[in-house]
Amino acid sequence: MQAFTTLTGIAAPLPKANVDTDQIIPARFLKSISRSGFGKNLFANFRYREDGSENPDFVLNQEPYRKAEILIAFENFGCGSSREHAPWALLDFGIRCVIAPDFADIFHNNSFKNGVLPVKLPREVCEQLMEDARMGGNARLTVDLEREVVVRPNGEEIPFKIDPLRRHLLLNGLDDIGQTMQHAPAIDAFEAKRAAAQPWLAGAAGTTPAGA
Amino acid sequence: MDAPRTLFEKIWSRHRVLEREDGQTLLYVGRHLLHDGGATAFDVLRRRGLKPWAPERIFATPDHYVSTAGRRVEEIEDPRHREMVEKLARNTAEHGIRRFGLGDPNQGIVHVVGPETGLSQPGLLMVCGDSHTSTHGALGALAFGIGSTEVAHVLATQTLWQRKPRTMRITVEGRLGPQVTGKDVILAIIARIGAAGATGHAIEYAGSAIRSLSMEGRLTLCNMSIEAGGRAGMVAPDETTYAYLEGRPYSPRGADWEAAVTRWRELPSDAGAAFDTEVTLDGDAIQPMVTWGNSPEDALPIDGAIPDPETAPDAERRAQMRRMLDYMGLAPGTRLTDIAIDRAFIGSCTNSRIEDLRAAAAVAAGRKVAPGVTAWVVPGSEPVKRQAEAEGLHEVFRAAGFAWREPGCSMCLGTNGDIAAPGERVASTSNRNFVGRQGPGARTHLLSPAMAAAAAVTGRFTDVRRLLEG
Repeated sequence: MQAFTTLTGIAAPLPKANVDTDQIIPARFLKSISRSGFGKNLFANFRYREDGSENPDFVLNQEPYRKAEILIAFENFGCGSSREHAPWALLDFGIRCVIAPDFADIFHNNSFKNGVLPVKLPREVCEQLMEDARMGGNARLTVDLEREVVVRPNGEEIPFKIDPLRRHLLLNGLDDIGQTMQHAPAIDAFEAKRAAAQPWLAGAAGTTPAGA
Repeated sequence: MDAPRTLFEKIWSRHRVLEREDGQTLLYVGRHLLHDGGATAFDVLRRRGLKPWAPERIFATPDHYVSTAGRRVEEIEDPRHREMVEKLARNTAEHGIRRFGLGDPNQGIVHVVGPETGLSQPGLLMVCGDSHTSTHGALGALAFGIGSTEVAHVLATQTLWQRKPRTMRITVEGRLGPQVTGKDVILAIIARIGAAGATGHAIEYAGSAIRSLSMEGRLTLCNMSIEAGGRAGMVAPDETTYAYLEGRPYSPRGADWEAAVTRWRELPSDAGAAFDTEVTLDGDAIQPMVTWGNSPEDALPIDGAIPDPETAPDAERRAQMRRMLDYMGLAPGTRLTDIAIDRAFIGSCTNSRIEDLRAAAAVAAGRKVAPGVTAWVVPGSEPVKRQAEAEGLHEVFRAAGFAWREPGCSMCLGTNGDIAAPGERVASTSNRNFVGRQGPGARTHLLSPAMAAAAAVTGRFTDVRRLLEG
């Protein structure tokens, strides 16, 4: 996973609540067994018209937002399906940070696992950042994960908070499988205790599905 | 004496392997379910040279990409879809994971298969790379959806890092009226608390109206917890649960069954257990529901009319409602019962179980699908299909003009190519009415199986209670 330390870039305003993962990447594009190449289908139902041409009204089809690296949205961003293609599509387009008042839980988890930083800030702050974003290319935002601040174009610093474990993994570009493997003895011990108390859960031993 | 604890807290603490000082908890996963969208997780394992930690705790079935027109892999027309199903077969075979593949008598939608095989049990912590994993909470399990990187983590370690969610109790007291189902209850709940109303929470559903629901009704209810933003949704196990589970293929047997039930009886929330959030609804007041917008929170009783954006509380909601009405092709003030449909879809992990099909068949019996309407019934699994056919439901549906299809996710999200045309209006028993969910430009209305059948035979949304009264 690509580490996330600090990012300065163009922010695209998407002033909508309940942006669901079917909007971020429609199900008909979930055909690839790799994680890359989804950027062209990001927000496909809004970015393209029925004939396949670009919809000039959609923010990511406008300059300078074609090069946006930050997205500002409203409540419940990423609701719906658990598809990890949502952060993959954002990442593949070039967006590495989403700022919103809150996020749906699964999308929030998935983002961290892929080097996309979801930043929760109060609604009124998101509205200010939305205004900054509307200023386009002259108004870059900085998102500094090390210091946990968003820096507005006017220099104002807005603090945010990220879970310490997630921050550590993201700053260093680590996934957590390696970390967890260090706890293998604890997992073994847990399994042994559990098998003694609930033998019927020790795998599927003794049970064969009828007719299979 | 110990402080009173909730069902959620009991399951959480029973699965805690360790907890960091910052609150991140390593949880043991009792059952891990896989479907045909999980190939990238196996690729992560392969790259790292790892094998599944506990393959005997993992069960797989293809559902998202299978054809509902036939049962052979070769019948999957799109080679990329076929590859998804074949990859699941190869990955599970390579690692000794039990798979209910195409043609297996237990294949079906993963959230139908888990409960009906007895793999989903009270007190278990379960995960699956699908947001509707909350379904299994109907049996008193703690079950939630995860992304594919987390699937890889669970494959590799049989554990998952989580931070404890808050708890919410949703109490529905009273008696549900005729034709008021688990679907109507959950749509009424989401309409009340909103699509993000339970974000960050594990929900427990309680109250006499919930207790009165069958296991199928509870599965529908818990299934859509995610549509309210809930991390999980659960119902405490009771006699309904035990009666449902006894004798299922993976249910404990003999002395194990007795020991298991004894343990399960300790699970319900203790009297006086505190929840972070409490919500109450009057069960008597819930009516058959239909959604009108592009979020499941946009739901109305069947006697309602499309709301007017001008009455919205703020400019943002006004703009959102206008966008939705434009997409849905609806005018403010139109009565739901005056809206004509093009398609009916009875299926999905929300509403494709035997009771759902019986309810729909009772409406279809002796009636005909309205001219110009395409109506599909997609049973949730092979066992559901066999049971329905043993009861003759397929003949009832066919005689009425419904197509009787093979089990899979199908038109709920159309990953297998089962989609509606742009502009088509679908009465759908599925779970999401998002823009483009059932195909680009498709207009989805969510409702119960009996209400979908009523819409199919009348050609418009209809109060199924009136229709059955004749």
